Amino acid sequence: MRIKNLRFGNLWISVTSVILGMLVGAIIMLLSGFNPIENYVSLFTGAVGSPNAIGEVLREATPLILTGLGFAVANSAGFFNIGLAGQALAGWLASVTFALAFPHAPGFILLPGAILAGAIAGALWSGIAGFLRAYFGASEVITTIMLNYVALYATNAIVKGFLAKGDGDYSPTIPVQARLRTPFLEHLTQNSTFHWGILVSLAAVVVVWWLMKKTTLGFEIRAVGMNEDASRYAGMSTKRTIISAMLISGCLAGLGGAMEGLGNFQNIIVNTALPSIGFDGMSVSLLATGSPVGIVLAALLFGMLKIGGLNISIASTTPPEIVDIVIAAVIFFVGANYLIRYLSVKLRRHPRQPEAVASDTQPEAAVAERAAQAEEEGEDTK
Amino acid sequence: MNITTLLLTVVSTTLVYSAPMIFTALGGTFSERSGIVNVGLEGIMVMGAFSSVVFNLFTADIFGAATPWFGLLAGGLVGVLFSLMHAVATINWRTDHIISGTVLNLMAPALGVYLTKLIFAGKGQTDIIKQPLANVTIPGLSDIPFIGPIFFRNTSLVAYLGVFVAIFAWWVLKYTRFGLRLRSVGEHPEAADSVGISVYKYRYMGVMLSGLLGGIGGAIMAESITLNFSVSTIVGQGFMSLAAMIFGKWNPIGAMGAAIFFGFAQSLAIIGKYIPVIANIPNVWFTLAPYLITIIVLVAFIGKSQAPAADGSTFVKSR
Repeated sequence: MRIKNLRFGNLWISVTSVILGMLVGAIIMLLSGFNPIENYVSLFTGAVGSPNAIGEVLREATPLILTGLGFAVANSAGFFNIGLAGQALAGWLASVTFALAFPHAPGFILLPGAILAGAIAGALWSGIAGFLRAYFGASEVITTIMLNYVALYATNAIVKGFLAKGDGDYSPTIPVQARLRTPFLEHLTQNSTFHWGILVSLAAVVVVWWLMKKTTLGFEIRAVGMNEDASRYAGMSTKRTIISAMLISGCLAGLGGAMEGLGNFQNIIVNTALPSIGFDGMSVSLLATGSPVGIVLAALLFGMLKIGGLNISIASTTPPEIVDIVIAAVIFFVGANYLIRYLSVKLRRHPRQPEAVASDTQPEAAVAERAAQAEEEGEDTK
Repeated sequence: MNITTLLLTVVSTTLVYSAPMIFTALGGTFSERSGIVNVGLEGIMVMGAFSSVVFNLFTADIFGAATPWFGLLAGGLVGVLFSLMHAVATINWRTDHIISGTVLNLMAPALGVYLTKLIFAGKGQTDIIKQPLANVTIPGLSDIPFIGPIFFRNTSLVAYLGVFVAIFAWWVLKYTRFGLRLRSVGEHPEAADSVGISVYKYRYMGVMLSGLLGGIGGAIMAESITLNFSVSTIVGQGFMSLAAMIFGKWNPIGAMGAAIFFGFAQSLAIIGKYIPVIANIPNVWFTLAPYLITIIVLVAFIGKSQAPAADGSTFVKSR
């Protein structure tokens, strides 16, 4: 038997994966001589212990929701968009450049214009990969990664060559009416970097949910993701659908970058590495198994891990990279969900009698359960 | 700069930059020929680079000039261990190959920097190694008129080793029992299984070979080019190796040729300013060149290359 792509999942798979991932982190901390319990406690207090911390967590989650949604849309079309970081960078550059270009424009034009510029730039950047995949069959895994590095070095050259003053490594700060951070929010959260971008993210969640579930385009995207040949046979333009999915995906990633530019940084800097919101957004989406509401929850969790992780290295000498190790481990277990399903069947002493109705409504779960049971029986006969 | 010196610089720099990708692309070939897609080559290279640098820093006083060569072995062994994560996930636990490979890419830089900070008292990058893989002049061959000075003077020995490994890998895959079986589990695992070949065993060997060669590739990168380990030691070379493998049609010799071509693209950033016609182009274009060339090559040649038939699928043995 040959199988491909086991990507279904549900809430308890995600929760189990998070627990197992944190367990792996704990073991690594133990092996390197740190106290995992103390560290997880300081992670937690660092994430929710004060209004400032909560503000920072929400700020961290804001772009992650957008890049996570971006990954999910592309993934629905059967597309593995790991170019989110480059698309976000394109969006960051475009939004800041737009804001700097019109310093005297009123806020109600400048701010939406800058956000829109970021979205368009991100969409164009991922559109390249979508076009190459649709018309030439070039693997998006490689093209988007290469475009990431092109975006990184090109952006750095533009910032250094055109935007920075003198020999600096950063652009001037954007005009005050283009900023998403306001004194009101700073006052509310003890001077955190929390900004209004969270509203953009939440709006995007609703729009993406509506787009994927209620529109023809969303249906076509999902159909192409499930079976490209069948969709073409049914009369859908698969090329157009693939490119649309990539444009939407990049548009969302570009918005995520714009949130960094207009909210978090309020300028653009020369980056030594790709912005982490790209790969973290992908992890958020994989953990949430593509569900828009799940993406919000997963983004909040990752925001807590990232912001709380900073507190770990303040309270002890543990390197903050432990958080990224935990995130990678979590995604490892999300991917290996077959293992979790299999073990849960093994651990259950008296397996439930298969219900005809249940297996009709959840064919995938039933298949997995049956496969697990078959393996169990196979071992018993040895 | 006269023409011989220019060619010498171009050839030796190209070879230095191709060597890591030759080994890694060969690793990818073994993995994918057995049916396991390995986008985790980038992460494997990171772990290979990290472990070779640490090994080099700590044992340079013991092994002297032989240290970098042992460092390659250290990088390869750690690469094998790291690739086991991909093997068990994709072969036994039915993980999507792309997701599992991506986990390797997420895990490696985090783990590498975490361990670096642990070993070197909180510093995010290591010191410069004392015993790098230096360029050598091959006695005898370098005395051949014209060709000798260009190809064999002050050149990268490890790149030539890579060429030999590529030829050996081609022979192994084409003519040996091991190679035939490895290819059969990548093309039609059910058929291989029906004649008693263990699909799982050969797929494990394919992935572990990719770990060995990818780890060595990362070690070469660190010990001959960056000379230390940091988060920016490996910047896309793993993915370029993957593209080289596709460009080389999953054939070791082809992968090697493509890797040398990509090595040339990478070396442009160093040698571009010496080549008269393109010397005035801003430096950023040379930095971008390897990435852009990879995309162009991928687009131009994708239709002409065919992946192993069962590449990317998970085999479940029926009972």
